[in-house]
Amino acid sequence: MNCSNEDLGYEPTPIDLEIPQLFSDNILAPIIPNNNPLTIEGVALGKKLFFDKILSEDQTQSCASCHSPQNAFTDNTPTSAGVDGVFGTRNSMPLFNLAWNYNERFTWDGKELSLELQAEEPVQNPIELHSDWNDVVQKLQNHPEYPELFRRAFKTSSITKVLTARAIAQFERTLISANSKFDKYSLGQTQLTAQELNGLDVFLSEDKGDCFHCHGNPNNPLWTDNEFHNNGLDATFTDLGLGAVTGDPSDNGKFKTPSLRNLAYTAPYMHDGRFSTLDEVIDHYSEGLQNSSTIDPLMKKVDEGGVQLTNEEKANLKAFLLTLSDPSFINNSEFMN
Amino acid sequence: MKKILVLSVISILCFTACGEDLDDNQILNVQPSFKFTHNWNGQSVTNSDFNLIQYTTENGELLSIERLRYLISNITFTTATGENLVLDQHNLVDITNNNGLSFSPIGFIPVGNYSNVSFTFGLDNEANAENYIDLNSESFNVPDMLGGGYHYMQFDGKFINSNSDEQGFNFHAIRAVDNPGANPTFPQDTFFTVNLGAITVTSDIEIEVKANLAEWFKNPNVWDLNTLNQMLMPNSSAQIMMYENGQTVFTLGDVTP
Repeated sequence: MNCSNEDLGYEPTPIDLEIPQLFSDNILAPIIPNNNPLTIEGVALGKKLFFDKILSEDQTQSCASCHSPQNAFTDNTPTSAGVDGVFGTRNSMPLFNLAWNYNERFTWDGKELSLELQAEEPVQNPIELHSDWNDVVQKLQNHPEYPELFRRAFKTSSITKVLTARAIAQFERTLISANSKFDKYSLGQTQLTAQELNGLDVFLSEDKGDCFHCHGNPNNPLWTDNEFHNNGLDATFTDLGLGAVTGDPSDNGKFKTPSLRNLAYTAPYMHDGRFSTLDEVIDHYSEGLQNSSTIDPLMKKVDEGGVQLTNEEKANLKAFLLTLSDPSFINNSEFMN
Repeated sequence: MKKILVLSVISILCFTACGEDLDDNQILNVQPSFKFTHNWNGQSVTNSDFNLIQYTTENGELLSIERLRYLISNITFTTATGENLVLDQHNLVDITNNNGLSFSPIGFIPVGNYSNVSFTFGLDNEANAENYIDLNSESFNVPDMLGGGYHYMQFDGKFINSNSDEQGFNFHAIRAVDNPGANPTFPQDTFFTVNLGAITVTSDIEIEVKANLAEWFKNPNVWDLNTLNQMLMPNSSAQIMMYENGQTVFTLGDVTP
């Protein structure tokens, strides 16, 4: 009898993120906005919306079309086609451990200042879902299930863009990846091979790979600094990245440091998906750097093209990097449609 | 042990001040705060000055600053009787992101005359062996193969090299280390105490700590960026030179109520 009424004593069920031990032991708590706490009903609604093609103009694509669970919530193409078949210019970013993005700048160029705001954008982007939010809200409002699901999640069946994005953000915050081989090694539950350990040495040696200054270290299980760097991809820029957002020329060519987790599932790589394989990525840092005015000073031996790793060091580094992939994440039924 | 004793003293004084009405014999406790300002031989440096090659080192190289953050810890007020009141906390001063430029450590000190205020640049070896989730979250760690712990400073930028080309430098201060690997050795400590000098505390105060960044490249070692620019973490000689040059970087600025 109360189902058709709003806010008659009904409270969504609060839940806490299940924070992995490695995270709670080593890094600050995740960021959960006060105005969008996680609830069982909110997460469930967000999951349904994430996989629902109702968000797209012609109901042919959902968030998951470019953020597939099997690919650690990215896709396997350099850039992605939207509902009109038009390809964008950026590689779809994988989605995991987003609640630990402390600076709250999302996307490759950092233009979205919260997960909620990020969730709003693709829906109306003409080269993505190409919808009109008013139309989407109307479709959701007319749907046989959604008004009730929103009422359960937010105590109102009056659906809005903001609430829709909040629900999606709630679901996205639950996408936690912390069960890789290296995680188990860190917890003392398994051993790395000699090659993987040698690769870790390359990763952590300032005079070899020097990957750790941007991609973190075993004490930071995120494997990203969540900052923006010009990693020497281009001598001249066709995509200004962060610079187009801030308007500061010194930010030109800077893009967000992606996490190194789940690389086994997230090819191709870089903001434009230019590298098909991990080998190509490693070759880039070894001998492919392109100098420019904003190249990060952490890039070593730029005049030589990079850090000049031997073939053995490259193979070792690759072996280590693959220990950061988490098969249980891409096979987690909680994250599937 | 010293720190525990000192903190207990502070806690007792604090409790007394908070729990009773003040009278003429009451010791008033106040909270100090710190403001970190930066200059290059007197020219103010903020993050708005970053990314522009405009500073000249003692050795004559022009450089820019692109990233600068450093760690201070162990703030100590020394009383006229030689007692050390230690605020056993650390603060990451991140000029790039304008974080940590003002720091109010948790704790109170009694009003009075202090013969010295000091802090540790970096972390002492005991503290450097701890696990700090705030610093891990900033990826400020030093790899275990280089002794572990944390950076004391990351100072990155570009300079004009002897070929007139822009080149990156990473002036990263850590605990000096030899024999990187499973069993690194440590030739000498490279954290250091910064003595700001005497101050009088009559109320809540803000203490300005001025850092002349040019001193890192100047005194007593005139730094040649053409020879020492990157991969300095495993270079213990370079670390010891940074330690020596760092001694004159920090001075006491304004002390304001």
